[in-house]
Amino acid sequence: MNIPRARITAMLLAAAAEIAGNAPARAAAPAAALATTASVDDRRSGAEFMSASTQAMQRDDSLNPAMLWVSGGETQWNTPAGRSAKSCAACHGDAKTSMRGVAARFPAFDQASGRVINLAQRINLCRERRQQSAPLKLESEDLLNLESYLALQSRGLSVSPPEDKHLTEAAARGAKLYAQRIGQLNLSCAQCHDQSWGKHLASSTIPQAHAAAYPIYRLEWQAVGSLQRRLRNCISGVRAEIPPYGAPELIDLEAYLAQRDKGMPIESPGVRP
Amino acid sequence: MARALIHMPSTAKQGEIIEIRALIAHPMETGYRPGADGKILPRDIIRRFACRYNGEQVFAAELHQAISANPYLGFFTVATETGTLEFSWEGDNGFAQTEKIAITVSAS
Repeated sequence: MNIPRARITAMLLAAAAEIAGNAPARAAAPAAALATTASVDDRRSGAEFMSASTQAMQRDDSLNPAMLWVSGGETQWNTPAGRSAKSCAACHGDAKTSMRGVAARFPAFDQASGRVINLAQRINLCRERRQQSAPLKLESEDLLNLESYLALQSRGLSVSPPEDKHLTEAAARGAKLYAQRIGQLNLSCAQCHDQSWGKHLASSTIPQAHAAAYPIYRLEWQAVGSLQRRLRNCISGVRAEIPPYGAPELIDLEAYLAQRDKGMPIESPGVRP
Repeated sequence: MARALIHMPSTAKQGEIIEIRALIAHPMETGYRPGADGKILPRDIIRRFACRYNGEQVFAAELHQAISANPYLGFFTVATETGTLEFSWEGDNGFAQTEKIAITVSAS
C-alpha cells in the first residue's frame, strides 16, 4: 500500500522489459490454434504455484472463505424470486444432482439470444425468462453467491466445453486476443502465461492462466471474484482499456480458456493469493 | 445478518479435546483506507468474539484493524457435558451476531 506509484511502475516496466527481452522472436502463438502451447501433461493449476498455507485453505472447506458465498448461494437457490414467485429449486430441484457438471460446460451457446454466454449470464437469463425477475448486476455479491454455489457442484469434474461451432468461433477469437499485445506495456496474455510462467512479476509467481478454479476467493481482494474480474485485473495491469463486465471480448477469452483447460479438474471455489 | 460458518463435531466423548472453527462474513474495514471519492472510509470491524459452553466462556478474542475481512478463528476446548456452544461476534456500528450449536457428550 505504501509503495510509491512510481516504484510500482518501474517494477512493472522492468518485468515487461525482461519478458519482452527473453522472447523477442516468438511473440505470438498462431492465433487459430486452440491447443495449448504446452502439452496437456505440462498444464499446472494456479494452485500449484501457491504457498502451502494457501493451498491448505483451498483444500479444506472449513478454512475456505469462499464457502461463505456458497452458503449465500444455497439460500438464494431455495428462495422464491421475481413475479413467478419460484425459487431455482422449484424447477431444478436439488442442485447437488441437477447442477452437477453444469459449470464445467460454460461458456456455452445460447440458442434463444444467439450468443455465447458464461455461467453468470446464464443465471441471469433464467432469472429474467423463468423467474420473471430483474437480472442481478454482474459481479454483484448475489450473483457471485449463486455462481459459487453452482461451480461447487462441478468440483472434481473435468472442464468440458461443449462441441459447438459458435463456441469454436468464440474460442478462436479468444485465442487471437490471448496472443495480441495490448496496453502501454505492450504485453499479450501469452507472453506472461505461456512463455514466462514460473517466473516472477514483482513478488508474484506467474501461473499458467488456467481458469478451472473460478469463482475464486482472492486474498488480495478479500472477497470472491469471477474470472472476468481476474481478466480485467490483468488487462488493467498491462494498462490497456478495460472492457466492462460481460463484454464480448471477455466472453471470447473465457471460451478460449475453457478449450485450453479442457480435461483439467475443477477446483471451484478456489483460493488464490 | 452476516453469514457465519461454524465447524465442530456434533458428538464427542467426555474429556475429549474438540476443534472448533468459526468463519464469519464481515468487511473488517480498517478506518485507514480512502474510498473511491478520496474520503477515508469509516472504521467497521468486529471487536470481540466469544464462545460460551453452557454459559461458561471457554474462548474469547479481541479483533483489531490488521485482521483480514471474513475473519476465521480456530480453537480447541474440552468436551465436558452435553449442551450448547454459543458463539458471539460484536463490533462497530452495533454489529452483534450469535450462533448456537448443540453437542452431545457421551461418557468416556
